[in-house]
Amino acid sequence: MGEVRVGGQYVLDRARFPEFLSALSACGYDVVGPTVRDSAIVYDRIEKLDDLPVGWTDRQDGGKYRLERRSDEALFGYNVGPFSWKRFLFPPRERLWTAEKVEGSFVVRPEPTGGPRLAFLGVRACELAALDMTDKVFQGGPVADPGYRARRARILKVAVQCGQAGGTCFCVSMGTGPGVRSGADLVLTEILSPGPHRFLLEVGTPLGAEVVARLAPPLSSAAKDEEGLARGIVERTAGSMGRRMDTGGIRDLLRTNLEHPRWEIVAARCLSCTNCTMVCPTCFCSSQEEVPSLDAQAVERWRRWDSCYNLAFTELHGTSVRKSGLSRYRQWMTHKLGTWHDQFGTSGCVGCGRCITWCPVGIDLTEEVAAIRASPGTITTKGGSR
Amino acid sequence: MLADQPRAPAHAETMGHPFAPIPYTVRSVVLETPDTTTLVVEPHGDQRIPSSRPGQFVMLYAFGVGEVPIGVAGGNAEGQLIHTVRSAGKVTQALTHLTPGDTVGIRGPYGHGWPVANARGGDVVVVAGGLGMPPLREVVYELFRHRDSFGRVEIVYGARTPKDLVYYNEIQSWRRRDDVRLQVTVDAAGREWYGDVGVVTTRIPDCRFDPPKTTAFVCGPEIMMKLTAQALVERGVKPESTWISMERNMKCAIGLCGHCQFGPSFVCRDGPVFCYRDLAPLLAVREV
Amino acid sequence: MTEPRASALAEALRNHPFFAGFDTAFVRAISAKASDQRFDVDEYLAREGTEAGLLYAVIEGKIALEIGSADRPHLTVQTVGPGEVLGWSWLVPPHRWRFDARAVKPSHAIALNGDVLRRTLRTHPKWGYEFMVRFMPVLAERLENTRVQLLDIHAR
Repeated sequence: MGEVRVGGQYVLDRARFPEFLSALSACGYDVVGPTVRDSAIVYDRIEKLDDLPVGWTDRQDGGKYRLERRSDEALFGYNVGPFSWKRFLFPPRERLWTAEKVEGSFVVRPEPTGGPRLAFLGVRACELAALDMTDKVFQGGPVADPGYRARRARILKVAVQCGQAGGTCFCVSMGTGPGVRSGADLVLTEILSPGPHRFLLEVGTPLGAEVVARLAPPLSSAAKDEEGLARGIVERTAGSMGRRMDTGGIRDLLRTNLEHPRWEIVAARCLSCTNCTMVCPTCFCSSQEEVPSLDAQAVERWRRWDSCYNLAFTELHGTSVRKSGLSRYRQWMTHKLGTWHDQFGTSGCVGCGRCITWCPVGIDLTEEVAAIRASPGTITTKGGSR
Repeated sequence: MLADQPRAPAHAETMGHPFAPIPYTVRSVVLETPDTTTLVVEPHGDQRIPSSRPGQFVMLYAFGVGEVPIGVAGGNAEGQLIHTVRSAGKVTQALTHLTPGDTVGIRGPYGHGWPVANARGGDVVVVAGGLGMPPLREVVYELFRHRDSFGRVEIVYGARTPKDLVYYNEIQSWRRRDDVRLQVTVDAAGREWYGDVGVVTTRIPDCRFDPPKTTAFVCGPEIMMKLTAQALVERGVKPESTWISMERNMKCAIGLCGHCQFGPSFVCRDGPVFCYRDLAPLLAVREV
Repeated sequence: MTEPRASALAEALRNHPFFAGFDTAFVRAISAKASDQRFDVDEYLAREGTEAGLLYAVIEGKIALEIGSADRPHLTVQTVGPGEVLGWSWLVPPHRWRFDARAVKPSHAIALNGDVLRRTLRTHPKWGYEFMVRFMPVLAERLENTRVQLLDIHAR
């Protein structure tokens, strides 16, 4: 067996993809990847090739998501669906600890951390960026989240460079894609033509190399041909983004426009349904709840996803700080695009477009930013003073 | 201890799981006002939280009910802690109904406290509104302990009515000191009250301090802190020497849950004590 | 006969922050019919509904302003202390006190005669203007404090 090295580029024929899945299993990973369920492409356990969305694509626009048949048998011929990888690191519902009463006091037992080693199959460039962001949130501060950290340490990331842009994609504006720069253990580029259906497979880390080394016979090294084709695919995708956003000075733009009249216009449409925060790959807000046993001798402490759109999110002394829909939309957008920079040194938006697609009324944050940028600082009184 | 208190991240990593409360036993209970109770608690077993600095807070846990952020009003070397809790929701209601011998859970301490050491060499004004007094109580004792390090010390305490004043007897003992000036005022009072009546801001013009060399520590409801800070700045106190303690919904207390965001800050992690200069623009915006 | 007393009061008035720096002739003019008054605890400087012909310049003590009605206890809404002035009903018709003013500490004040004040201000518009420039901020501050009280800043 030839030595598989980090940085190496190989060709994986479509016909050998099942072997690739087996190699992931053989290395001890449970594979999680895209699959069709409930008329959408979601992420779930992948046992075999047919679990993947073979020959499916997604058509997306503001408030619209449709699966359509492709004219080919592409495995990754779609963009992103309503799920993101964060749910496997930061589950929608998670028990943090249990406690029981013992002799006039109580004993707390933290939930064991760990679980299976997971291979994330089909991580998009924007999603790699999102994982970097949630890493900063959950394990980059003074206190790390134990559950996230334990799960995160057991992840293998198999990225896929996008062969097409979705209708709501704007990763180019956010500088996160469509090409994968770093952060993946393995990077796939699906080449449908010319030539046979195959993948360019790049090895990013020793963990990735270990998987590739399992394949027998060994994969052949990529030729200049495949490298050029892959580059062309990424360039073509980059040139066909469905949306764009001018991010120049955006933190200050938003900070100085908290009372812009545009907020009222968008708030009149926003339903505070929380969809954008549920589908966002970086939204990290959560609540904790106490679940006592019937005899009140034991309790479980659970954490579940929460959203800044919920009225109770800012509950303080029986009322809420952000009562209006306006203030809640503003909080979400200014946090995502503005104050995230203050908190974590980057934007909180990766340009995946999920929030636009899954908004039931099609609110588009790229449009909202453009509107504020078009007439910044327009707070005046009738008297004319600022 | 009066070491310089850098605004570096507080070391909040307690033993074990960051969300697991440590059992404490209620030692004594004092009813401060009809709805406000002071609890003195001590570690139940070997485990205790690290010692806190004035202005930090803990998450106080009632078994089977939930937890709430509560400022640390005091503590001692034996690990005893003092917390003053107002009954306002189901958790605080459970906490205010505890009796000696009951158990609570505590995790913390969290956040940045008052930068008392920064005030050395100058005058200090401490302004508390209502339940803003407990988080300032340790500041007062820190000033007393190192009285020679500070210039004039002015304490202003305002509440809605005389009934709403907490630590009443203790505060009267501060009045007996000749190196501190104390003003207590209420918004409205009955005939039994012979003290000052007027909102807490009306006492600021009477404070005796050298404004450019004064550090102000202000704690109370947000509107009270905003108006007080404005009154102090009008008198010439520097916004960068004026400190306020923010309150927001806090669930995790370590910057992971997102609830307590106030503009760019996580109140739990970056506060709760903030420099007024940094917050003033946001305090003018509604529903931040 | 009243001259020496009036000039002593004028002197005391000039030391009061509200009148400090005012034209000496003006202070002397309004000191006519003024009186030096001392109040024990619980003595009243004013009673609601009675004729209000005085402006008090408080020199020492503490005075509580109380309002209420027969069916509820009187409430103190403000206390006034040294250096402050008390009462504007002498200026505003129908010249009746709108509240009770009760000493809560032994207090000392100069009571200026409202008729004299009005006449002086009317006949000397320049003094009248300066007086208003000083008096208006007192009213504005009381109004602002009342607004803050309305905010009920300690309510949760």
